[in-house]
Amino acid sequence: MNHALILPILLPLVTGAGQLLFYQAPFALQRLLGFASTFWLLLLGIWCLQIAGTGEHILYHAGDWPAPFGIVLVLDRLSAIMLALTAVLGVCCLLYASNGSDKRGAHFHALFQFQLAGLNGAFLTGDLFNLFVFFEILLIASYALLLHGGGRARSRAGLHYVIINLTGSALFLIALGTLYGLTGTLNMADLALRVADAPPQDVPLLAAASLILLVVFGIKAAILPLLFWLPRAYSAASAPIAALFAIMTKVGIYAILRVFLLVFALGEEPIGETAWGWLWPLALLTLALGGVGVLGSDSLRTLTAYLVILSVGTLLATISFATEASLGAALFYLIHSTGMAAVFFLLADLLGQQREEGYDRFSATGPIGHRWLLGSLFFIAAIAMIGLPPFSGFVSKAWILQASAQEPQGLWLWGVLLAAALLTLIAVSRTGSSWFWRPGDMANPYPLERGPLTLVAIMVGLNGLLAVFGDPVVGYLELTAQQLLDPHAYIAAVLPDASAAAQEISP
Amino acid sequence: MELLYAITLGVLTTCGIYLLLRARTFTVILGLTLLSHAVNLYLFASGRLVAGGPAIIGLTERSADPLPQALVLTAIVIGFAMTAFVVVLALKAAVELRNDHVDGENPDEDRA
Repeated sequence: MNHALILPILLPLVTGAGQLLFYQAPFALQRLLGFASTFWLLLLGIWCLQIAGTGEHILYHAGDWPAPFGIVLVLDRLSAIMLALTAVLGVCCLLYASNGSDKRGAHFHALFQFQLAGLNGAFLTGDLFNLFVFFEILLIASYALLLHGGGRARSRAGLHYVIINLTGSALFLIALGTLYGLTGTLNMADLALRVADAPPQDVPLLAAASLILLVVFGIKAAILPLLFWLPRAYSAASAPIAALFAIMTKVGIYAILRVFLLVFALGEEPIGETAWGWLWPLALLTLALGGVGVLGSDSLRTLTAYLVILSVGTLLATISFATEASLGAALFYLIHSTGMAAVFFLLADLLGQQREEGYDRFSATGPIGHRWLLGSLFFIAAIAMIGLPPFSGFVSKAWILQASAQEPQGLWLWGVLLAAALLTLIAVSRTGSSWFWRPGDMANPYPLERGPLTLVAIMVGLNGLLAVFGDPVVGYLELTAQQLLDPHAYIAAVLPDASAAAQEISP
Repeated sequence: MELLYAITLGVLTTCGIYLLLRARTFTVILGLTLLSHAVNLYLFASGRLVAGGPAIIGLTERSADPLPQALVLTAIVIGFAMTAFVVVLALKAAVELRNDHVDGENPDEDRA
């Protein structure tokens, strides 16, 4: 058993606790600790990518209790990708926050570490109740981070965000209670086996539990009827926090993948079918609403929040085909869209600070300082975000379209996806022309901070690199999709005895 | 016992959801609390209701399932912390927004 596997959870947790305990220590030290932990997480993420790349499921039995009695952490390719993505995003957000916005509220760095611990835990755990606990950890941290900096808009958005997530947690527990009551286990692999041979009278209740779980993950991921908290919350959060929240909706998508491709996927008539049936139309509607919202937003941060919704719709619509090609394409798009949403939240702050009036609101028409430099950056970032070559958005969208072309319903996705992309193009070019082109030069521009500017440029550059070195990434993601569609391998890794017995019984 | 338990759960959940849909933060928090009580009881019942059964195998003929008890304990702790947080947040919002509406604004403000 490799004890390093628990480090992605333990390291930020201990760091965060230390930062809370010694909050009187100099701020520079707190910041340094936060950076040290996050960089270690990045290294751990790369290490995870490497060891998960062999295709094995790497297990960590907490307290050495054997599954399904104890809690297991399971690292497979999908978890490794999410861990690495979180770490990269964490480093970028922390770097951006260290330009001074981390001083605007108490305990920023400790909360940031708790957030990372919750995210990493959610990606690693192989137990449904443990998933709930890590959801709560990341949510508690996110409630406080959302309010970081204070102000009326944040309190208002925070109240909505907290209440809807508390309701979601209550629903999560109801689903867990139902599942435990019917199967007597909460280990995902064990659940998958027991759900598959559940007696017929239990099937409706299990289906109900699966749909409640869909609602819970739908709240986290922001699927159509459950997404109205998102634009206000994301646009109220301070820039580095909003950028980190770009991964939060992806936690919901990760949970959907995990639960509906593993727990409810087995058996002759998989119970997850009902949920998949709901997911497809809702995802398309989410995608369409995201496009309309992008066009109708009144500030760059709201626009970015709707871009997040758009990306969730695209992802879930692609995932709901559940083929190898579509899952691979969706994962590529997940990496791309998380990065670009973060870039746009940071960009909104960067540009807003240079504008003479209105911060990031579209109604303000004042000039902007350094317009050539910032304008070029915005132009390149916009190209990357919309999905034009040579950036990874183009690769991912081309792959999604290619994968969905083989499906009978794929044409729907083609239509909605391309229409939404057109709406985004219009909205972003309107922003560009009204901010950089029309107002002319500013007489006395505000001083430009080089650090954040370089950081955002590097993040856009990373997106370009993802396209340039796309081939190994695509290969890795294809293998990830294969692994995801083979739940038996996961179960065999977690429960070697039970799955051997099950295979003996069913010839 | 099962019937009483089920009715209690139903009443708690109904009241919780009704209060959750109200417009002011205080009632919404009350609703959340009732809902979380209902959820905790529900989780507890998922290990089946056993009277006089210790959570150790072999002492009596029927033993209680200890796992839901542990789950409920976790859920209670988390729910308690969350309620405390949301109370503080609601107070903060009430002070900053000068009203206690969930949407942060009083819809009848102009009429008064």
